[in-house]
Amino acid sequence: MRSFDYQRPASLAEVSAALAATPEARLLAGGMTLIPTLKMRLASPTALVDLGGLAELRGIRVGNGVVTVGAMTRHTDIERSAAVRGAIPALAELAAGIGDPQVRNRGTIGGSIANNDPSADYPAAVLGLAASVTTNKRTIPADDFFVSMFETALGAGEIITAVSFPVPLAAAYEKFRSPASRYALVGVFVARTSAGVRIAVTGAAPCVFRATSIEAALSEKFAPEAVARVRVAAKGLNADMHGDADYRAHLIGVLARRAVDRALATSGKR
Amino acid sequence: MTNPTGIGASLRRKEDLRFITGSGNYVSDITRPNMAMGAFLRSPHAHARIKQIDAAAALALPGVVAVLTGEDLKADGVGGLPCAWPVTGKGGTATKEPAHPALAQGKVRCVGDAVAFVIADTLEQARAAAEAVVVDYDVLHAVVGVLDALKPGAPAVFDDIPDNICVDWELGDKHATDAAFKKAAHVARISLVNNRLVGNPMEPRAVIGEYDRARAHYTMWSTTQFPHIVKLLMGNFVLNIPQHKLRVVSPDVGGGFGVKQFHYAEEAVVTWAAAKVGRPVKWVCERSEGFISDAHGRDHVTEAELALDETGKFLGLRVTTIANMGGYLSTFGPNIPTNLYGPLLAGVYTTPAIYCEVKAVFTNTLPVDAYRGAGRPEATFVLERLVDVAAMEMGIDKADIRRKNMIRPEAYPYQTPVMMQYDSGDPIGCLDKALVAADWAGFPQRKADSSRRGKYRGIGLCTYVEACGLAPSRIAIRLGVRGGLFESATVRVHPTGHVTVLMGTHSHGQGHETTCAQIVSEKLGIPADNVEIVFGDTDKVQFGLGTYGSRSAAVGGSALVKASEKVIVKGKKIAAHMLEASDTDIEFKGGVFSVAGTDRQKTFGEVALSAHFPADYPLEILEPGLEEQAFYDPVNFTFPCGAHIAEVEIDPETGTVELLGYVAIDDVGTVINPMIVEGQIHGGVAQGVGQALFEDCVYDEESGQLLSGSFMDYCMPRADNLPNMTVETHITACTHNALGVKGCGEVGTIASPATVINAVVDALAHLGVTHVDMPASPNRIWHIIQSAGAATR
Repeated sequence: MRSFDYQRPASLAEVSAALAATPEARLLAGGMTLIPTLKMRLASPTALVDLGGLAELRGIRVGNGVVTVGAMTRHTDIERSAAVRGAIPALAELAAGIGDPQVRNRGTIGGSIANNDPSADYPAAVLGLAASVTTNKRTIPADDFFVSMFETALGAGEIITAVSFPVPLAAAYEKFRSPASRYALVGVFVARTSAGVRIAVTGAAPCVFRATSIEAALSEKFAPEAVARVRVAAKGLNADMHGDADYRAHLIGVLARRAVDRALATSGKR
Repeated sequence: MTNPTGIGASLRRKEDLRFITGSGNYVSDITRPNMAMGAFLRSPHAHARIKQIDAAAALALPGVVAVLTGEDLKADGVGGLPCAWPVTGKGGTATKEPAHPALAQGKVRCVGDAVAFVIADTLEQARAAAEAVVVDYDVLHAVVGVLDALKPGAPAVFDDIPDNICVDWELGDKHATDAAFKKAAHVARISLVNNRLVGNPMEPRAVIGEYDRARAHYTMWSTTQFPHIVKLLMGNFVLNIPQHKLRVVSPDVGGGFGVKQFHYAEEAVVTWAAAKVGRPVKWVCERSEGFISDAHGRDHVTEAELALDETGKFLGLRVTTIANMGGYLSTFGPNIPTNLYGPLLAGVYTTPAIYCEVKAVFTNTLPVDAYRGAGRPEATFVLERLVDVAAMEMGIDKADIRRKNMIRPEAYPYQTPVMMQYDSGDPIGCLDKALVAADWAGFPQRKADSSRRGKYRGIGLCTYVEACGLAPSRIAIRLGVRGGLFESATVRVHPTGHVTVLMGTHSHGQGHETTCAQIVSEKLGIPADNVEIVFGDTDKVQFGLGTYGSRSAAVGGSALVKASEKVIVKGKKIAAHMLEASDTDIEFKGGVFSVAGTDRQKTFGEVALSAHFPADYPLEILEPGLEEQAFYDPVNFTFPCGAHIAEVEIDPETGTVELLGYVAIDDVGTVINPMIVEGQIHGGVAQGVGQALFEDCVYDEESGQLLSGSFMDYCMPRADNLPNMTVETHITACTHNALGVKGCGEVGTIASPATVINAVVDALAHLGVTHVDMPASPNRIWHIIQSAGAATR
């Protein structure tokens, strides 16, 4: 790790001021990606601005059919939140399956989606649930937020403050872990909402995406057998030593079917 | 009365208090006065000529002490790293031993090849400076696979070895084997790959070098499994340090698995550099660095055939293997796929004719050397896969075909056609016990249950023999080793009757501080708590060969028995004097010397005191003091054997293999500590399951880049991948050592890859699958199911 300056502001205004003063500074949320990157000397920012001192970015609110999660809320807080479990159990379960307890005790939702790792779990929930991402400057719909691998719609100096999830009729997340890293080799978030069915896939491609062919099939009939009829194309999917594109394409179908099955079971509508 | 801390007691491990409370003393815990820190600059290319190294920018950075390269080594007359076990190939040809400079000279031959060593006041400064060293490479075509290395026109790893062949070796009677195949009623064939592995001990390697100018004396602390051998190899062959001017200390070592039983470049470079810069220098390997600097294991491509008569009796076995040596020869490299492989192909069977040929080849990959099991897991995998194929093809039950061919208990000692004479064993007994423990007979019912749930269930059986207790020096020297393989122990009795033992072996997690103390407790009749075991410091301990090849109990323990018995012999003479009797009338039992048939006695402590306070003592005929040393050279290898059974269930939708159950029945000889033996077998099985289902060291075929260079891609087995295991023993004592011990450190790793893959193939047999290469990853299994044409549910 190379040396860097470290600041821990107490307000968003101070964060913005710090970023303005040191444009090459990086924001530090839970640090679950950034700190290992620094340790491996793959990044060498001159300054880190730690968001850990901002109480205003932490916390969970549920009301008016929306679950709003502060950007600095840790995975473990979501995993253990009775309010989240009551409103969107799939979201709490997704959080409970991220990394290991140490990661969940440090990692934050804002940090995860700002990083937009191709195999991270939260992007699937954000896109699948048609959440909106609130920053210090604007609100960004999930469909516009995730741009490409490790790239989002966030501009310079833009800081995620909260993520708002509309409560779905039913939802579930199924992932198949890479045997080695245990990140999602493929993760599928299925949500049935009043606006329609949404299927978000993580791990399978350079960036989280919606499986529109499965969405169409499930819109006709929200049932496991509807998924079984869909053939997911392998074109454009990731391939590595743990799974080639054909395998990932196949897993999307398997996991979508299992997620539908579980969504129905969880919502008591099977 | 049995001794509660003697042989056979499941004594808790004496060393664990310090290990589990963070109180151990590992190399990286050690700091020396004015110590500088070192970092290696490693090649990013698999194969390249070094045109120029420019260290000017690095040297200008703050805190930088020195930047050293292969040219500096050459200028100082530093030698290359020696190979300690070359073998003789076909027609008496010698193993090719190309130069192995400790820092690359002229060419780099694998990703990770050390190019420069940078020393600075702090580690961060050393790393920053290493990044600032500019190396101008002329990148060459690389070759990483053994089959590619043998193709005409393949890149030559060494300019003067154009065919990349290190040695072309053979074993067995070719004509007799050919004749056996001619009369065969059935021939079973298999082509397989034994996947390359990375050892990944929990503690990465580390070295500290220190030079005392006033004494012209060097000290090196290293995470090595064999400090005396490193002292000999490095001092005598690389750095030209006289043996009395070099001390090697290997303190607590956190796992080795063989990876730490080689003399590594870093040891020589750090020690040499410490003298050059006049400061102690420390290097601690990072985890990622370990992937590209620790020797790797396995990496074979094999074709094998088994000839059988119409009843399923084995007539002959023919095996052709190409083994990867990597870009240089590591310390024992050529010995692993030859002497530790070919002889094991006999297994526990009476196959009368065996012929094996092995080509060891150079490639642009890390050197390959011994890794837990070393040659024996590879041999067991070939043989036991082939036996399963034969059973399937001939429609014979997999247990029956093995039983029919096994060496019967009354046939021991048994001479195989490939070098070894097994002293003892009862493989049929092991097999029968395993079949019961695994409920082999109830499997069809369980398979039907799985089928109802849409899952494929399989059961796999493997028997094995292992040759360990390395080694009878005379035989090993005939097979090429450049040294002895005996062992040593000193039993130092203190005036109070407490005992310090100096062992020539080491321990890197096996619990030898406990098991060695149990041996002394058993022999001298004192509590194990009164015994302290010391190893790992060449200034404290007499010459010994270290710990590897499951030798510490069989060879080291035997030396310890001999030294203990010498103590008893002298103790009897002292007691005889004290008790005014003849020493031939003195009996020693349970820590008490007594005159036979009387109640006159002296305790071990009283005799020890007398030896150190010789007021009433026969000084005319007996020296004072009570300390004895013994060296022990075994007459043969030891031959553990056993039978393992695994049961798996495959999810055809995802290709995931779940290991449901595992039974290990092993004959490891006399058990010193059942708890420790069970732990060794658990760990060994876990490691073999890792090879079978998870671990794969993969290089990019084109660029030679290591694709599985971190735990993100190199899949280690984890606790939740493993089932509860049934681990039992079926003991026949070794007939040629005093304890009757054989060895337990590697048996789990030797048997489990074949056991698990046999179960996986069994689960897929209904699809026509006859073999699955390792690791049986979900991706691989799913594709096998697809190409077998089975529709997933």
